[in-house]
Parts: sequence; C-alpha cells; structure tokens
Amino acid sequence: MITAERKPMEELIECLAPYHRILLVGCNECVTVCSAGGRKEVGILSSALQMAFMKEGKTLEVKEMTLERQCDPEYVEELVTHIDQAEAVMSMACGCGVQEIARRFKAKPVFPAVNTTFMGASERQGVWAERCQGCGECVLGLTGGVCPIARCSKQLLNGPCGGSTNGKCEVDSDMDCAWQLIWDRLKALGIEDQYEKNIAAKDWRTGRGGGPRKIIREDLVK
Amino acid sequence: MENFEPTIVAFCCHYCAYTAADMAGSKRLCYPPNVKIIKVPCSGKVDAIHIMKALEMGADGVYVAGCLEGDCHFKSGNIDAAKRVAYIKKLLDEIGIGGERVEMILMSAGMGERFAQTAADMTEKIRKLGPNPVKFAPKANNAA
Repeated sequence: MITAERKPMEELIECLAPYHRILLVGCNECVTVCSAGGRKEVGILSSALQMAFMKEGKTLEVKEMTLERQCDPEYVEELVTHIDQAEAVMSMACGCGVQEIARRFKAKPVFPAVNTTFMGASERQGVWAERCQGCGECVLGLTGGVCPIARCSKQLLNGPCGGSTNGKCEVDSDMDCAWQLIWDRLKALGIEDQYEKNIAAKDWRTGRGGGPRKIIREDLVK
Repeated sequence: MENFEPTIVAFCCHYCAYTAADMAGSKRLCYPPNVKIIKVPCSGKVDAIHIMKALEMGADGVYVAGCLEGDCHFKSGNIDAAKRVAYIKKLLDEIGIGGERVEMILMSAGMGERFAQTAADMTEKIRKLGPNPVKFAPKANNAA
C-alpha cells in the first residue's frame, strides 16, 4: 500500500486560515489501511480543525466525504455536487488523490492533509515499513523475495557492504541489513549458488531516472 | 470563571468503572454531579472520535475508565483505550485545547471509593484548567 502520515495540525490550520467552508475528503484505499486518511481519520481531523477554529473565535464548516478511490476520476466525480459549496478542499489521500482532485476541479484550491511517505507493508499492527520503490525493473526473483532497492540503504545490487553487522545496517542498529535477509532467504530456499551470481548494473531509466512514467495498455485504452 | 462548574464526560466500562459507580452509590459515597457517565461494554470500545466529539460539543473534560491492567474482560481493551487517549492528548495539545483535559483511569468493579475520588479529582483539575475554549464559540453549520 501507499503509506502516509498526517501533517502537523499547525500546518493544516495555517493553510485553511482564509477559508470558512471546506470539503474534507478521505480515501477508502491505502490511506484507510495505514490509518492516515480513511473515514475515521476524516472524522477526527474534521473535529480537530473545527475545535482549533472555534478556539480562535472563528467557524469552519466542514463537509466530510470519503471516496472509494481518490486516484480514479470516476470516484472523484462524486465531489461534483458538493464542490461548489466549499471554498477549498483538503484531501487526506496520498499525493495521487490530491492531484486528481486538483486536475478535475481547476478553480478550487486543494491542500494535502497528509505527507505521502512510501510503498510499504504492515509489519504488525500500527507498524508499516518500506518494501518497494517502484524502480520499474523488479529483481525480487533474484534476491529471494527481499528487495535490495527499497530495503538496502545503499540500494546495492550485490551486497552486503562492510557496514552490515550482526544482520543490522550501519545506518540504524534497528534496521535489518537487506542483504543479510537476502542471504538468509536464499539459504532457506537451498539456492545459495544464486548469491554468487553478479546482478548486472541496473538501468535506472525504468525508474525515476527517465522522468515521470506512464503505463499505456493498448488493449484497455478507450 | 469563579462559578465555573465543569461538565465532564466519563466513558465507563460495564465490567469495572460502571459497576464501581454503582458501588459508590451503594456505599452512599458523594461525588461531584459534574461527571456525566456513559456506559460502554469495554473501554476499548471508546474511539478517538467519541472523545473528540464530546469536547467539540462542549465537554470541559473527558475520561475513559477501564479495568485494571490484566483484568480486561476482552483481554486488551483497556490497553487499547489508553493508547487512544494518549494519541488524543497529543492532538489536543497540537490544537491548543490541552491534552490534560483527557485522562485514562483504571479501576476495578469493587473500587467505589476510587470512582468517587476520581470524579472529585477530575472535576477539581478541570475547574482549575477553566472552561473548554470551544465551549462558548460559535458553532459552524456542518453538513457532514
């Protein structure tokens, strides 16, 4: 999932200061799962914002909505009947959702309520960890299902480096060394030989190195 | 301010604090009438939004009263509630309402005295803090 964290209240209050009526929009997908911008968080933020405004003797009218997916135009279209009543929109979705609202409603100011952080997985209740950087050329088949791009601090394709100590990374003693994890996994699978094979230098143009990316599926395009 | 009588909402677990309130009543213990009790099946049932809404609607203080550690009827509802209360305290500090208006209290069903004492302590604490700053503020006409 795409993970996110709510921005500091001070920042949110500051950007909404000129407005009196806003639309606060959550998303039912990733940000719901990582408890950053789902229906529940929309309710709590709405309440917090209103109290912050009331404290200053001002009022803030908040219309709460949570869309199925903010990154799909079909769902963003549901805002059409409410957008005119709002002076501004605050989105609790990831950056994709914020941008989709901004693209659809060009005359309406849109503010992000969360900082989008990374593509990750739940390690346990309340803990999310980075797992993928969307490099565009997956090497997980070579590395025992552990990503050296997302999980090695140096993104080494042939690790580990000298900073690996007792399975931990030198960057942070709580951080697993991805290459230790890769070795352990290859060993468990009985394919240690694979570790001896050099992985060729990566073509970073499939990642961000080639600028913003786009996928066009000719069989689906209308 | 001198005559300020705080309104305090107490979310009380059915298995402990609510029964403790009964116990306080049976023992004819006095506690301030400022505390409005809401019975919940477990303190873990109290969500962040319940606490926020209580304050938004004008409560001056809120506390969640759950079972003693290890005694939750649903294993960890009281621990979960305590974490939520800690989260809300931080959020209230961030918006300037003051996290000290919200507390998590643990007690058993037999602690009638503790229930009465908690109600008195919390009332006194909130009286010192003064009214919830949003209490007399104009309310927005929310369509949410």
